[in-house]
Amino acid sequence: MTPFHLYMAQRLSALVMAPFVLVHLGVMIYAIQGGLTAAEILGRTQGSLFWFLFYGMFVIAVALHAALGLRVILAEWAGLRGGVLNGVSTAIGLGLLGLGAHAVWAVTAGGGA
Amino acid sequence: MSHRETITVTVQRGSAATGQHMQEFQVPAYESQTVLDVVSWIQQNTDPTLTYRFACRVGMCGSCAMMVNGVPRWTCRTHVKKVLKDQRIDIAPLRNLPVLKDLAVDMDPFFDKWVAAEGRHHPSIGRDAPIPAINPEAAARQVASAGIECINCSICYAACDTVANDPDYLGPAALQRAWTVYNDAKDADRGAILDAVSGKGGCHSCHSMGSCTAYCPNGLDPLSAIAGLKRATTRRFFGGGA
Repeated sequence: MTPFHLYMAQRLSALVMAPFVLVHLGVMIYAIQGGLTAAEILGRTQGSLFWFLFYGMFVIAVALHAALGLRVILAEWAGLRGGVLNGVSTAIGLGLLGLGAHAVWAVTAGGGA
Repeated sequence: MSHRETITVTVQRGSAATGQHMQEFQVPAYESQTVLDVVSWIQQNTDPTLTYRFACRVGMCGSCAMMVNGVPRWTCRTHVKKVLKDQRIDIAPLRNLPVLKDLAVDMDPFFDKWVAAEGRHHPSIGRDAPIPAINPEAAARQVASAGIECINCSICYAACDTVANDPDYLGPAALQRAWTVYNDAKDADRGAILDAVSGKGGCHSCHSMGSCTAYCPNGLDPLSAIAGLKRATTRRFFGGGA
């Protein structure tokens, strides 16, 4: 991975995230009209392949995008270099991916509407 | 002369090796006076050991840049009236470069990065071939021409916060030079330029803060040149060619 590939990965993950953010916010605003319970949300998301893929890809893009952004800040502001820089940013990326994947699994797996 | 007004000039002395301190001088005020005139007056009348660098005194050679009141400026073309605050001026060596002594910095890192950015001519024909005509109206030529008045003064390099935080970053001047050569119809190796600016500390390290363009004394726009390199490398990534 050259610095250019990291740059492209961050720009492309931003490109992927943009529609996800808009749909996420749009659906949220639309769905809460007239009130909404956790049970109703889970009723729609559990067992839904669409929402699994939607939030699954969203989480992958976020983990990549945030880790790469923080990598630059860690290098320029905290002076991290080389293996330490790569190790810390990879850990941040995997951490975000783990937390996100756990949440996606919790709201989309099992159940079924 | 005896009742002439004076200005208080604070000059950074010494080097990292010997330790640095600020020294204050009283310099007579003149109606028409540049910051370089002030530094020269100190060296000629008060302290001959004051070290600084200049050559042309008309904004062409790019050797007299210094930090004036914390801002990088070409001192030969900076009128004292423009920067005077409460009859005081602070003068220090250029930021982001190692200080040799007093106001003279080591420009080697700056020029080494010019070489590293591959901003040199890659010949397309031999020296005996006839010189091909270049259309000055061509779009690429206009882009190339926009950057050719760079005088290598390093003011953009001193103004850049990315250079300050990332010692590997090639900096605005070197990248603008690479973009100029990239757009030159006579250059035969655009791929080599894109390779050179895509590595560690290349154009993708730029955060587009724009201090380079804001402080360039010649009104050049390295920020847009770097954006051009980012676009060119991205286009090549998607198979658009160099």
